[in-house]
Amino acid sequence: MAEPRTLIIGVGNSDRGDDGAGLAAASRLLERLRIDDGIRVIEHWGEATGLVDAMTGWDEVLIVDAASSGATPGSYRIFEVGETALPSDLADMSSHGFGVPQAIELARALSSLPARCRVYAIEGVVFDIGAPLSDVVQEAVKAVVEDILLSTEVMHA
Amino acid sequence: MTTRTIKVGALARVEGEGALKVTIRDGKVKHAELNIFEPPRFFEGFMQGRAFTEAPDITARICGICPVAYQMSAVHAMEAAIGVEITPEIRALRRLLYCGEWIESHGLHVYMLHAPDFLGYPGAIELANDEPEIVKRGLAMKKAGNQTVATVGGREIHPVNIKVGGFYKAPSKEVLNGLAEKLKEGRDIALETVRWVAGFDFPDVERDYEFVSLSHPHEYPFNEGRIVSNRGLDIDATAYHDHFEEFHMPQSTALHSRIKGRGFYFCGPMARYNLNFSKLPAVAKEIAKEVGLGPACNNPYQSIIIRSIELVFAFDEALRIINDYDEPAMPAVPAVPRAGVGHAATEAPRGMLYHRYQLAVDGSIEQATIIPPTSQNQATIEEDLTTFIPQWLDMNNDDLRWRCEQTVRNYDPCISCATHFLKLDIDRG
Repeated sequence: MAEPRTLIIGVGNSDRGDDGAGLAAASRLLERLRIDDGIRVIEHWGEATGLVDAMTGWDEVLIVDAASSGATPGSYRIFEVGETALPSDLADMSSHGFGVPQAIELARALSSLPARCRVYAIEGVVFDIGAPLSDVVQEAVKAVVEDILLSTEVMHA
Repeated sequence: MTTRTIKVGALARVEGEGALKVTIRDGKVKHAELNIFEPPRFFEGFMQGRAFTEAPDITARICGICPVAYQMSAVHAMEAAIGVEITPEIRALRRLLYCGEWIESHGLHVYMLHAPDFLGYPGAIELANDEPEIVKRGLAMKKAGNQTVATVGGREIHPVNIKVGGFYKAPSKEVLNGLAEKLKEGRDIALETVRWVAGFDFPDVERDYEFVSLSHPHEYPFNEGRIVSNRGLDIDATAYHDHFEEFHMPQSTALHSRIKGRGFYFCGPMARYNLNFSKLPAVAKEIAKEVGLGPACNNPYQSIIIRSIELVFAFDEALRIINDYDEPAMPAVPAVPRAGVGHAATEAPRGMLYHRYQLAVDGSIEQATIIPPTSQNQATIEEDLTTFIPQWLDMNNDDLRWRCEQTVRNYDPCISCATHFLKLDIDRG
């Protein structure tokens, strides 16, 4: 079995509607990926210092998180953040406050950000306590999962 | 008339959302209003009808920073309601779990959220750019706290090993001994942290607060003790509602707390320290003396030193518990439902957390009350702003906003997890 070198982190809070998008993606990926794919998938609640710790030491990290940036609900955007920061409209993405964007920049400042780091930001619409994922975000999660499977297959071929 | 409004707009964050508005008129702070979104209110409602055994797992979801506090207040209140006495071994493990949460929470607040205020950085990232080794110290401490919570609680966030009556599984002595090595390193870092933050510049201000915290005859408080204050309050948690009341303030959606017939009060590390200094271990008292902090402190900006001293305490206490640990024969005592009312207050990292449950004969929850520390401190934070800010009115708006935020962060309210407030509106009438 290959030593896993790619870490996929699904970030979010499943108690807060579309904020659970990243966790839903992680769950689907765990069902779809084989154990010997050289990829590890974890769930994380989004606190920045814990994310910095989780990202440290991997060749590549993919992060899936919900966003509330004003984009079209159910759309998703992909950002390569290994060398450049997330755009400012995502500075408070996923409503974690001290969350993913801060974790990326903190890791960069501490020289522990993997050279390849990609963020999938799924635009949510409902963030109420106890709400389920909205239909459009469920569809976006499926699309992001397919994109990740495609890209990791290429990378690990 | 000159009106100057410092307004900090909605803070987006899952565990806490808030807004700050300070109105200055003719050189005086006319109004200071901190609005905090309060998830406990929702949880009180939807816990009705759920089984008493579910409370620790449900209430843990209220906060990602202090789930252990919610779990601890929940299990103690439920045990009071059904008449369960836990064993000394279970009690010690609960204290160890709480040590882990204090380390996580205080480590995050001191290094990532509060220290940048004193050093002139917009946030922890900018501090890390200039001083990566310092920030790594904070991360190392927080990691040791995470490992403690994961070891005792089953996982780092929203622990799954906690139940009414005790734990699902007790950790082995061997596992805890492995953890001890990390905690020894953490205690050394905590001592360095106290020295570091004690060198910051602090605004020279004080107020005559009524401090409220738990107090135990022999221990620095976590899970057990009477609710006391420096003005003579000394009650059991069962008498909480006889002495404290919650009420709405005009123009604010959040409930405020006060001591009946007296007024607002201050809970959290400053209160614990002032009321329980004599119960700190020698290593914590010595470092306080070394940095010149006496047993009494009324400057809320120095709360960062006290939080750091509590880090020393939490590491030291965790090591003491592990040293004395014997794996319990049973990880939990049986919890049999019955009708009853149970109260409990425990010390969350940011202050006293009170729970009350009324149970039906089958153990289902008929009524739940949760009073978190941030809402208890809310009026005191607002009073700090109205009292302290007038002396800084010659600051420009950016600096004044920064000072207001620093003042709020003295209390480590959940909203402080948003490193900095988002929006400032200035209205000069």
